[in-house]
Amino acid sequence: MDAITSSRIERWLRDCARVFPEHKDELNALDAAIGDGDHGANMARGFTAIPPKLDALAGKEIDGLFRTTATTLISVVGGASGPLYGTFFLKASAPAKGKLKLTLPEFCACLDAGLAGIVGLGKAVLGDKTMVDVLTPALAALHPKNGDTLTGALERAVAAAREAAEATIPLQARKGRASYLGERSIGHKDPGATSSALLLEALASAVKG
Amino acid sequence: MKKLINSPDNVVTEALQGMELAHPDLLKVHYNPHFITRATPVKNKVAIISGGGSGHEPMHGGFVGLGMLDAACPGAVFTSPTPDQMEAATKAVAGEKGALLIVKNYTGDVMNFELAADLVRAEDIPVESVIIDDDVAVQDSTWTAGRRGVGATVLAEKICGAAAEHGQSLADVSALCKRVNGEARSMGMALTSCTVPHIGKPTFDLPADEMEIGVGIHGEPGRRRAKLLPADEIVELLVEPILKDLPFKSGDEVLLFVNGLGGTPLIELYIVYRKAAELLQKAGLKITRNLVGSYITSLEMAGTAITLLKLDGELTKLWDAPVLTPALRKGI
Repeated sequence: MDAITSSRIERWLRDCARVFPEHKDELNALDAAIGDGDHGANMARGFTAIPPKLDALAGKEIDGLFRTTATTLISVVGGASGPLYGTFFLKASAPAKGKLKLTLPEFCACLDAGLAGIVGLGKAVLGDKTMVDVLTPALAALHPKNGDTLTGALERAVAAAREAAEATIPLQARKGRASYLGERSIGHKDPGATSSALLLEALASAVKG
Repeated sequence: MKKLINSPDNVVTEALQGMELAHPDLLKVHYNPHFITRATPVKNKVAIISGGGSGHEPMHGGFVGLGMLDAACPGAVFTSPTPDQMEAATKAVAGEKGALLIVKNYTGDVMNFELAADLVRAEDIPVESVIIDDDVAVQDSTWTAGRRGVGATVLAEKICGAAAEHGQSLADVSALCKRVNGEARSMGMALTSCTVPHIGKPTFDLPADEMEIGVGIHGEPGRRRAKLLPADEIVELLVEPILKDLPFKSGDEVLLFVNGLGGTPLIELYIVYRKAAELLQKAGLKITRNLVGSYITSLEMAGTAITLLKLDGELTKLWDAPVLTPALRKGI
């Protein structure tokens, strides 16, 4: 199976700077229904601040790429998504320490550590209508199976992420600002779950291609 | 959207520039990251630092000064500030006695302040955070992000600011802040929505003949929508759940804080105060201190929020201590 190299991680992060502005209005609209309507703007602002910092890190160790992404998101995004996505990349950096490439199991260990960081900070559990609802099944699907290819694992993770994002629609929010809507949050797709699915879609296309 | 702004992107920065020009004797504004300190920081005491999304002015920047805050960190409108702001502000104002971070209970604020406290501790600055959650409108704390921090924040900043000036330790000021939060309860209502500049349309739709009872300061939905009522009946709807929530008993001394949400004139706030005072008197409570005005706002939202704080000798003395800030000044 192909390794996931530093340059492919860099491509993933650069692609995010294109993907989130493209989906800004969509995420804002989802957030307007159950939050304060700025999730797309915040994500676009955060991820477009990353590429200028990547030039100096090209071809360098993966943990540095993740740490720079983390500190940028934490200082630029604000709200709840900044600390949550920032913590995801910060915790993901530790298992990648000093590595220029990762096997799929090593990469899974990074992202699993990232998800554990999100859960530790945000205290959300499955079914709370948050990004955890997408990241949990998608990262589980990313773990390699016998006879797997990297592309196969990535496609499985993306399919799981998309399905899980849609599955937040009938849920009642129990975390964040949407939780104050109570039952009125039912019937809307969660914006954080949707941005998590976009993050994984960008990952798959960057690492596969 | 009809607003006195130049561009939604520049609202926070241009307002900070105006504050700096208006109050050079009291404040200094730092940019990138944005934070406000006293014109002359004092480092031989516990530093009191707060922050939150912008759009609630005068909170928090208007409370920086002698007897209240040492620094305030403004985020984007209705968006929590980021940890680098809190870290820079704390380093700028905290001395050996450390810093108390006063945090309102909103998911983003709590997380950003938590990360900030970790960053500051890593620099060997003693720091404590206290979370304010006084909004009784939130009944279901188990399945929501919990009670929101509202009016008690202003009272806690004033009282803790005074205690810090008196030389109290970080542990004592932190315990005091928790006590103020524990003895205060609030409930608000909205007559109209507000419009966040970069969104450009009202946060929620409220028909001309309806009101939102229990609204949050970012337009979070409250306990219920109801048909508009005369002021006296609205005040009953706000005071009743406050009295029910905290075991206030006959003879207790209280501070009554009637707050405007930004779009309600003072003349109406006094009509609210009149009825609230009557209801408290009926309940046997003695209003020994008060605050009436728009101190924690939601942009141009029309409406009011009532906060009740149970007082004792110590809290009363600290409330009466001198304060000199752009938005609150007395005893000087």
